[in-house]
Amino acid sequence: MFTATGDTLSDAINPVIKRSNDDYGCKRAVMLLRRILQSLPVVAGVVLVSFLLTRALPGDPAVYFAGPAASEESIAEITRALGLDKPLPVQFALYVQDLFQGDLGQSLSTGQPVLSDLARRLPASLELTLFALLLSCAIAVPLGIAAATRPGSWRDHLCRIVVTAGVSLPTFFTGIVLIYVFYYLLGWAPSPLGRLDFLYIEPDHVTGFYLIDSILAGDVETFAGTLKQLLLPACTLALFTLAPIARMTRASMLAALSADYVRTARALGHSDRTVIFTYAFRNAMLSVVTTLGMVFSFALGANVLVEKVFAWPGIGSYAVEAQVVSDYAAVQGFVLAMALLFVALNLLIDIIASLIDPRMQLGEDT
Amino acid sequence: MNMMTGAGQPQVAALDISKLDVNFTTRRGEVNAVKQLELSVPRGTVLGVVGESGSGKSVSAYAVLQLLEANGRVTGGSICFDGINLLELSSTELKDIRGREIAMIFQNPRAALNPVRSVGRQIADVLVAHSRVARSQSKAKAVELLQQVEIRDAESRYHAYPFELSGGMCQRVGIALALACEPRLLIADEPTTGLDITTQNSVMELMMTLVRQRQMSAILITHDLALASAYCDEVVVMRDGRRIESGRPEQLFNHPVDAYTRKLVDATPHKGKSVRQLLPAAQQQSAVVKAAPGEVVLSVKHLAREFRSASGTVQAVKDLSFDLRKGECLGLVGESGSGKSTTALMVARLLDTSAGSIQLFGDNPQEYVDIATIPSAKFMRHDQRARVQMVFQDAGDSIDPRHTAFQAIEQPLRGLTRQGRAQRRARVAELADLVGLPQHLLNRFPHQLSGGQRARVNIARAVAVSPDVLVLDEPTAALDVSIQAVVLNLLADLQAQLGLSYLFISHDLYVVRMLCDRVMVMCNGEVVESGDTGQVMNSPVHAYTRQLLSAMPALPGVDEATDAARSNRLRPPSLRL
Repeated sequence: MFTATGDTLSDAINPVIKRSNDDYGCKRAVMLLRRILQSLPVVAGVVLVSFLLTRALPGDPAVYFAGPAASEESIAEITRALGLDKPLPVQFALYVQDLFQGDLGQSLSTGQPVLSDLARRLPASLELTLFALLLSCAIAVPLGIAAATRPGSWRDHLCRIVVTAGVSLPTFFTGIVLIYVFYYLLGWAPSPLGRLDFLYIEPDHVTGFYLIDSILAGDVETFAGTLKQLLLPACTLALFTLAPIARMTRASMLAALSADYVRTARALGHSDRTVIFTYAFRNAMLSVVTTLGMVFSFALGANVLVEKVFAWPGIGSYAVEAQVVSDYAAVQGFVLAMALLFVALNLLIDIIASLIDPRMQLGEDT
Repeated sequence: MNMMTGAGQPQVAALDISKLDVNFTTRRGEVNAVKQLELSVPRGTVLGVVGESGSGKSVSAYAVLQLLEANGRVTGGSICFDGINLLELSSTELKDIRGREIAMIFQNPRAALNPVRSVGRQIADVLVAHSRVARSQSKAKAVELLQQVEIRDAESRYHAYPFELSGGMCQRVGIALALACEPRLLIADEPTTGLDITTQNSVMELMMTLVRQRQMSAILITHDLALASAYCDEVVVMRDGRRIESGRPEQLFNHPVDAYTRKLVDATPHKGKSVRQLLPAAQQQSAVVKAAPGEVVLSVKHLAREFRSASGTVQAVKDLSFDLRKGECLGLVGESGSGKSTTALMVARLLDTSAGSIQLFGDNPQEYVDIATIPSAKFMRHDQRARVQMVFQDAGDSIDPRHTAFQAIEQPLRGLTRQGRAQRRARVAELADLVGLPQHLLNRFPHQLSGGQRARVNIARAVAVSPDVLVLDEPTAALDVSIQAVVLNLLADLQAQLGLSYLFISHDLYVVRMLCDRVMVMCNGEVVESGDTGQVMNSPVHAYTRQLLSAMPALPGVDEATDAARSNRLRPPSLRL
């Protein structure tokens, strides 16, 4: 008779991966490296496409630069000076060569090197976006969980209302309404003009994030000033990003709560807290994190409108202004910076996902 | 006789279900899933609950621990555990009962475990939840439990995630979870469905040994009559939410009183039964007599397939050779990972081969086409495609949900023949008659058809283009036994009528025994034994074949050898030699 000692043939065929921590860490590092290498072609592609697209667009920077009263000769001279008379491949080679030396070129409209412009403006956008996302996660995730645990209850309806409002109100509209109410009517908020009121002194540049820099400098007043200034635009953006996060949290929590392993957890007598957080939410988190990555990407794009409304000196408004005047170097620099940011973001999301879910392996296509 | 509860001892019920009613609110209104159910589990005994899908057997088990889905609720009756009516408990009191007093083991073990938490921690969670041990000592206790369910390297497997373990190992973890807090009643809901037969055997043995060692009571819910009779002291048969009949397994299965039980027992394949005998006597119509196998139609030579992955190369099929004659049924049996499905896909040309030839013979026995040389991507439009067709395992999933039955059957005719619209329409009607599918069902979508009807559509689609060879990959594995009986008879009829050659893949040795002329036993990508079905089944040569055969649970009174094994199982472990 067949005896029941341990494992059967099928167990022997699929041997368990023996887990040694050293081995695991090393493997992870190799995968991480491979994943970074995989993103290099993407960056190269972005360099080429952004170069070609900016040149394909109508508008001649030389005409703009020469001013309205310029003669034919002076325009031709400027064209020569800017190197725009050279054939495209040569221009591209020069551009790439500069790129490798860390030179993104000179902005025609600001007269500054593009790199220093970006270094000043990118942290402003990032600070706004990250703070807004933090705010929206803090509301959307608990809301989504609450809605999923009691479908059909008032919490679920509240979630639905917030989500619908979030997607249907455009950011420039909510921004203006918020300014009207909190600045004009109530006077609670400071004037919506940039990152910091004139009363305060900019903190020393360390990270470029005023909130962090002011804490590092130990300047509580500047911190409070920055926060006040940040709150309204961040709320505007948060309201906009709330919807997808809350909706995804609700949907993935509902799926997780009806999964077999949650039924097992219930059958074993776990408390509701353990069932919801340790069992359901840890599984639902994966899709929430993926959504978060997507939301971050389009929030950076949606920033342009918020930045315009609140006179925020961010990267979005910079790019729009540059685009209008065919400021090639600035536009290319912007596209490149965004591309690198997205690549880094995707990498980060992949790493977080692989930490949440042991089944996900970095660097392997799934 | 039961050794655990002596004849003189009073029988105290561990669980007493009386007049239980469970309703579900669906879009089509209230559905009464369990009706006036009476169940009693005497202390220290194992009660089997058997029935086909929709019989309400699982629902009643979930009702015990109130794990019904949101749209289900108990509308009447009582469930008494140790004199306490579980239906009257508050949710906090219920939490103390769940896992600590009554525990459950679920079907589909891998899905029943939290995929993102290591199995050891899941066991530790239960121990901590019922304050068996402090968090700091929970690991040691969890490792101990893993050892008790016979998991080797328990220390390192503590850190394993469910996806890293085989199905059998996951179910062992499921058992460890259920028994962690030493409950007094265990409810096992189809605990071995979907597991390989030898794994099923070892998991059941382990579970029952632990149950008896701890003098627990248990409920075993299963669709498998043989399994229930091998392990239960008493068996209850359910149908449509009602209790039909109950009794000791030998008595129930040898002398069933109710007609439904009779039908179930008849439909269960076992040794010495023919395909016709699966059906009730009235339906055993005299079928077309099957002709003796003719010329070779399909000749497979040195077939091999390897899969490369990051962790290395796997030889799924190694050097496989066989011939299939006209009108012959060749069985291919083996456990998961044995390479039988890979073989099926290669022969059906849905998967490319790594080496070897698949020769398809025409009317002239000297001429053949080696279809292994045609890439599987191009085979779809090849004129040989019509000659080899496949019947897939899950009839529901293998039909496009947006196609009606008519469109599904018509599909191969559109792609592989030049028939016009009217011709195709006539042919589909003819096929529906052939497989016994009522014409008015042809306009329905798959979800509007029953499992048996979907199986008929699947078969009609496969024979639509008049193939020579039919590859059947576990065509009845997902069906209830009574429907399986009908489908197997249909397949036997079709073979006799159309002279088809079958390559029949199955893990169920009894089914293979009834349907196949010859059989090949596969293990680790190789054929370990082959020959006439009767010969291989009655006097197996290879140890693996013997192991497979002995792992099959049998109905009582059918086979003396398995009867002996059964009485050995029912004996308390201490008395076992």
